[in-house]
Amino acid sequence: MSTQNIQLDAIPSPKQEDSFLKGVKDCIPTLLGYLSIGLAAGVVQKTAGLSIAEIALISLMLYAGSAQFIAAGMIAVSSSPVAIIVTIFIVNLRHILLSAALSPYFRHLTPLRNMLVGTLLTDETFGVAINQTVNKQQISEKWMHGLNITAYLNWFIANIAGAFLAQWISDPDQFGLQFALPAMFIGILVISMMDRNKIKLDLVVAILAVIIAVASSFVFSGSVGVILATLIASTVGMVLEKWK
Amino acid sequence: MEVRWEVFLIILGAALVTFIPRVVPLMILSRFELPEWGMRWLNYVPISVMAALIGQEILLNDGKFSSIANNVELFAAIPTFWIAVKTRSLLGTVLVGVISLMILRMFF
Repeated sequence: MSTQNIQLDAIPSPKQEDSFLKGVKDCIPTLLGYLSIGLAAGVVQKTAGLSIAEIALISLMLYAGSAQFIAAGMIAVSSSPVAIIVTIFIVNLRHILLSAALSPYFRHLTPLRNMLVGTLLTDETFGVAINQTVNKQQISEKWMHGLNITAYLNWFIANIAGAFLAQWISDPDQFGLQFALPAMFIGILVISMMDRNKIKLDLVVAILAVIIAVASSFVFSGSVGVILATLIASTVGMVLEKWK
Repeated sequence: MEVRWEVFLIILGAALVTFIPRVVPLMILSRFELPEWGMRWLNYVPISVMAALIGQEILLNDGKFSSIANNVELFAAIPTFWIAVKTRSLLGTVLVGVISLMILRMFF
């Protein structure tokens, strides 16, 4: 790796490093998804009895869609703080896998700067970032911050707007907007698979992941299902690729 | 505009247990050269995570199977996948997905 780095540094790269502004632009396709889910989260959190200040705090500090829905639901029924925190820990454990998968592309940064990159990591920004990595050895730090911060601000605004809208909207699932999130995941999945030149293997892994995620969510919780599906399906993909 | 002390503690704790899994792998793994099989394994993580999330979003409803006949999300997923393959545009895919579901909702 170090020799590769030296070589890369020695040859002047033809392309400039992706800018902060390009990261902002590359975030645009995800904004509608974030906006609709954020609005829904704002409505749900307000209905669950959280104040506007509490909603601002939770969207800025926790910054995780599914976890915020769960927190709102559990606060509404007065669950114990420990139970809420443990549940959210499990729900958000999948970030370990996302963070690990991005790590090879941030070797050029110090641990502290890697921490800043990871702080605002979500499913969506991960998806956009990993789709950037085709034929690349690293991801631009500035670009990643542009992507992350745009998503973060949009999420905060959507949560607050949802909290104010809560008095008029009883059902945030109207207008087909709740499909923005799965549609975004579909887009990220399809685009990354088409860029990879191993469609058959990827399809096997994807179908296996769906089956495990759905089947295991009957036994465990949905979020444990996602983690199990990722661990098993990725291992099968790795083994099959070696074996072929 | 108040923040209750107990709610603040919940948010703080939840934020902390979310922050750690987000940053620790990036901080540690980027220090090492991973073995070849490790890299290959990580290569399949994006596909697996996205497929698992899509599967649960589309096939499940409150933790139970949605019946096929009433599952408008499953039907909306068909044009969404198709547009994603044809255009490779993330924004286009999201828009077609939302519009498809909206139209399907008018009929079902």
